[in-house]
Amino acid sequence: MAKTLILIEHDRQQVKRPSLHAITLARQLGGDYALLVLGHGLDDIAASLVSYGACAVVVADDPALTEPLADRYATVIAEATRKRGAKTLLGTSSTFSKDVLPRAAALLDAPMVTDVLAIEEIDGSIMYRRPINAGSMLTTVRVEGDRRVLTVRATAFEAPAANAAPSPIERFAFDAASLPNGMQFISREQRASDRPDLTESRVVVSGGRPLKDKETFERLVGGLADALGGAVGATRAAVDAGMAPNDYQVGQTGKVVAPELYIALGISGAIQHLAGIKDSRIIVAINKDPDAPIFQMATYGLVGDLHHIVPQLIEAVRRA
Amino acid sequence: MKILVPFKSVPDPNDVTVAGAAASTPKWVINPFDEIAIEEALRIRERGEATEIVGVTIGAPAVDEQIRAALAMGVDRAIRIDDSRALDPYAVARILGAVVEKEAPHVVIMGKQAVDDDSNQVGQMLAGLLGWPQATFVSKIEFLDNRTRAQCTRETDGGLEVVAIKLPAIITTDLRLNEPRYVSLPGLMKARHKLIETLTCDQLGVTVRPRTTTLSISSPPKRAAGTRVESVEELVAKLRQEQVL
Repeated sequence: MAKTLILIEHDRQQVKRPSLHAITLARQLGGDYALLVLGHGLDDIAASLVSYGACAVVVADDPALTEPLADRYATVIAEATRKRGAKTLLGTSSTFSKDVLPRAAALLDAPMVTDVLAIEEIDGSIMYRRPINAGSMLTTVRVEGDRRVLTVRATAFEAPAANAAPSPIERFAFDAASLPNGMQFISREQRASDRPDLTESRVVVSGGRPLKDKETFERLVGGLADALGGAVGATRAAVDAGMAPNDYQVGQTGKVVAPELYIALGISGAIQHLAGIKDSRIIVAINKDPDAPIFQMATYGLVGDLHHIVPQLIEAVRRA
Repeated sequence: MKILVPFKSVPDPNDVTVAGAAASTPKWVINPFDEIAIEEALRIRERGEATEIVGVTIGAPAVDEQIRAALAMGVDRAIRIDDSRALDPYAVARILGAVVEKEAPHVVIMGKQAVDDDSNQVGQMLAGLLGWPQATFVSKIEFLDNRTRAQCTRETDGGLEVVAIKLPAIITTDLRLNEPRYVSLPGLMKARHKLIETLTCDQLGVTVRPRTTTLSISSPPKRAAGTRVESVEELVAKLRQEQVL
C-alpha cells in the first residue's frame, strides 16, 4: 500500500530528472509514496531510484512496454494504482505524462488536475493551485472523491534529495497478453545533441522569427548557447518557420522552463511564450523594437540589431 | 468515413493583453486547437477519404455562434449538448463518450487542449472511456489499409514520433498539423441552412457531475520591469554581478 503513486519517466538510458520533482509534492502531501516505472530492461533505471525515500520502487518491466504506447501504459498504470490502493496518482507535466495519465484517470474513474504549482490546505482539505489562460491567471481547485490524478510543473517544485535508506524494488506482475493492442510504435526522430536538455539547463538561449533562417538561428542562438554551455529554445513562430525543431518550442503549448538565465533573442513577448519563461531567475531580452512587450518583464533589456549584438556577446562570453 | 470533431468556445486568446487582464467583454471563438481539428477533417473529406463531418460542442445557446462558424468552415452538421454548467474535463469526456456511441464515427479529431483551461485531458480520457487507441499532439495524419488504420506523427518533448493506430480512434491536434482556413461568404450562407441538433445529457442517457471545482482565480505575481542596458559590455558586467557568467 502507498498513499501516493508517482509515475517516473525515462529515456531508456536514464531517468528524466524533472519527473523526480513530483516526489517533492508527494512529500508535502505526507504519507508514504511509491515510484512507478514502466518499460523493458529497467534494472539500471530502477536501481537509480532507490534513494528517494519511496516505500517501494515498482517496476513494470515487459517487452510489451518497450515503447510508451498510451493504451498499454495507461492500463498498467491504472492497475498498479488500484493494486497498491494509491489515492493520488502523480506525475510531472511532460508530453509523456499528458499522454498517458488522463487516460489512466478515465480508467480509474478519477478526476485530474494538470500542472499543479502548489497545494494549500483550506478547512482540512487539500486544494491545488494551477495556471490557466497561458499562465495569465492562477486558479485554486478543489477535487472531490477519494482518488485523483495530478501532474505537477517541474519548475514549481524543487528536485528531491536522494539520501534515504534504500527502497525495495518490487516487480509489478500483470498479464501482458491481455493488454490493448490498438497502437503500434513506428519510429522516433533521433537527433544527437551535445547540448543540455531544455527543461533542465541552467542557461537557455531562445530565438524568434527575426533570426530569419535555420543557419542564422543556429549560428546566433546555437552559438551563444554553446558559449554559455546552455540549451536552445525557440518561439512558436521560429518553429513554424522551420528554423528549429518542434521540441525546442517554449511556451503555453511547448515546454516550460525556469533557468537561472534565459536569453531571448528577437522575441517580442507574446503571452503564450512568456507563459513558459516567467519563472526564470534572470531574463535578458535583445530586440531591435524598443516597444516589444518582452522588455516589460526582462531583467535586462538591450535594444539593437541581433546580427551585430549577438556575435559581440558570444565573443565577450568566450573571453569572460 | 465519418469524422466527429468536438470543439469548445473560448475567449479569444488574442484579446488577452500581455498584462494578463482579459478584455471586459471578450470575443468568443472556437478553441484554436479545435479549429485545427476542424480544418484537418475538412482536408480529409476534400481528398475523398471522409463523407461526413459532424461537429459537437457543449454549452448554452450562446455557443451557437461558434457552431455557425464551424458550419461555415465546412462542417456538415452539428450537435450542441445543452449544458451550461462549469464542467471538468472528465465530465466533458463522459458526455462526448455518449455522443460517440450515438454517432459511431470512425475517427474523432479534436484539439489537444483548450487555450483557456490548458488542461490537456479530454481526448485521452475519451479514448480511455471508449477503450479506443489514441494519438495525441499530432502534426500529420495519413490513413492506411483502406482506412482501417491511421499513421500519425506526434510532437513530443523528445522530438517527432510516429505511431500507427487502429480505427476507430481518437486523434488530438497540435499547432503544426495545418493552418485553418478563413470562413468564406458562401460558407456563411450555406451554414445558415445546416442543421444544429440540440440534445440534453438526459436525452443522451448520461449523468455527469463535475468533481473539480474552481474556488478562486487570482493574478500571478508580476515580474518587475528591469533595467535597460546600453551595450554588450554593460550587459556582460550585469550578468557577472548576478553570477550567471
